[in-house]
Amino acid sequence: MTAAGRPLVILLGLLVLWQLAVWLSDIPPFLLPGPGAVLEVLWTRYETLAGHTLITVGEILLGLVFGTALGATSALVMAYFRPARAWLMPVLVVSQAVPVFALAPVLVLWFGYGLAPKVAMATLIIYFPVTAAFHDGLRRTEPGWLDLAQTMGASRWSQLRRVRLPAAMPAFASGLRVAAAVAPIGAVVGEWVGSSAGLGYYMLLMNGRVQTAAMFAALFILALVAVVLYFAIDILLRLALPWQPDSDPSLKPE
Amino acid sequence: MTGRPLEPDPDHAGVGTSEAMAKSVIEPQISQQTAEAGPCMRARVERFAFEGELLFSGLDFAAEQGRWTCLLGPSGVGKTTLLRMIAGLLPGAVCDVAGAPLGGQVGYMAQQDLLMPWLDAAENVMVGQRLRGERRQRKRALQLLEQVGVVEHAGKLPATLSGGQRQRVALARTLMEDRPIVLMDEPFSSVDAVNRQRLQTLAATLLRDRTVVLITHDPQEALLLGHKILVMSGRPAVLEEAAVPDTVTPRRTTDPALVGLQEKLMQKLTAALEEVGA
Repeated sequence: MTAAGRPLVILLGLLVLWQLAVWLSDIPPFLLPGPGAVLEVLWTRYETLAGHTLITVGEILLGLVFGTALGATSALVMAYFRPARAWLMPVLVVSQAVPVFALAPVLVLWFGYGLAPKVAMATLIIYFPVTAAFHDGLRRTEPGWLDLAQTMGASRWSQLRRVRLPAAMPAFASGLRVAAAVAPIGAVVGEWVGSSAGLGYYMLLMNGRVQTAAMFAALFILALVAVVLYFAIDILLRLALPWQPDSDPSLKPE
Repeated sequence: MTGRPLEPDPDHAGVGTSEAMAKSVIEPQISQQTAEAGPCMRARVERFAFEGELLFSGLDFAAEQGRWTCLLGPSGVGKTTLLRMIAGLLPGAVCDVAGAPLGGQVGYMAQQDLLMPWLDAAENVMVGQRLRGERRQRKRALQLLEQVGVVEHAGKLPATLSGGQRQRVALARTLMEDRPIVLMDEPFSSVDAVNRQRLQTLAATLLRDRTVVLITHDPQEALLLGHKILVMSGRPAVLEEAAVPDTVTPRRTTDPALVGLQEKLMQKLTAALEEVGA
């Protein structure tokens, strides 16, 4: 079985199980619609769904950009200026201790019903994994490399830029992968709290009208977006870091 | 001064070597003493304690300019600590070479090759220039890779090279830095026996005329490469000089003078090990 074929088989298997559950049980369609009904919604309301999808994807991508930029900057500042670590670390921990979902109503109050509060939510939820992973990577440079750089007369800035930064890239990549996985959560929660567009908004709307099949269709698209986003980022990172040590033995050279 | 003064060894004859062998052992000791007069790279550590244990107290280390000094001794005695002090990576040592300060004259080669995995072999050779923001001399890097015999791998990432090839690239990187003093911390210990011998020969040839301090755990390596051998032992550590034949390095393993000397060096190392209680 090829690596590409496996997810397809899993997906088909789940669809079959789903259909069987609908056939064999007495669950009414407003609680559990069959795959056929969901597919029908996907087909007939294609345009509406596409519009909402575009908005949610936009929120996720913007959140990823801002969250990554903010997280990377924080990590670099903390790695280079030791006092900054002492000041920023508590902020970082608090930002994680307060449930981001609890902040959603506040963000909506501040930024309104448009794109901004969702992007802010996604940014907040991404900020911590990116900062933590990248900062960890910057701190755990092979000490031998730094020794070598020091004997070669490299300045502290040069050591950060030319040794610690590239050495931390695999850790940064792990942070980005986590970010890609959690970014949709931020966007959708933001939409639930207050919005007039997006897949999360559409799900709530359809829920209120007991159009469960349409709700499932939106959920399906959301899952698809999340999976595609994750794998796209994973592939990009692999291409960008061809030297990255991979623990998968089947990918080792020789 | 370096270690203890050289004195005739009373139990020298008791090693069980022949008369001729004994003679070849005494002679180099004398020539060694005359060589001592040349300019030296010196390091003095007044006092250095680590985790409550006094590692060095009034330790004097000297390596003659343009020659190889091998440093042997049990693990944990402080060889690497001393080397890192000379390299300027640890504070605590006052170093000078022929009376002048040491700054910027030291190259460093560790047990691991320390190649940066994101740079190819040639870029790794030029890594010093990259780190100082200087213009990179690719032509010279390729010449050096040629000299160490891995020029065909210049464009490859370290992960795709074997241990021996990686250590050759590390040697080329050390040569690229072109420092008069080269400090090496067991650089050949992680490669197989055949590659180790090739690397030893290569290093001895290419780093001829430089002041080299080589830490090793292998008495044979010390005897093949060293113009002077120092055994570090005890706590606080002292340095004791061991006899070395006055022949051209790298010496051959078949050199008859080495047999008795290796035996003696082993005895010194055993004694040093028992002192530590290991």
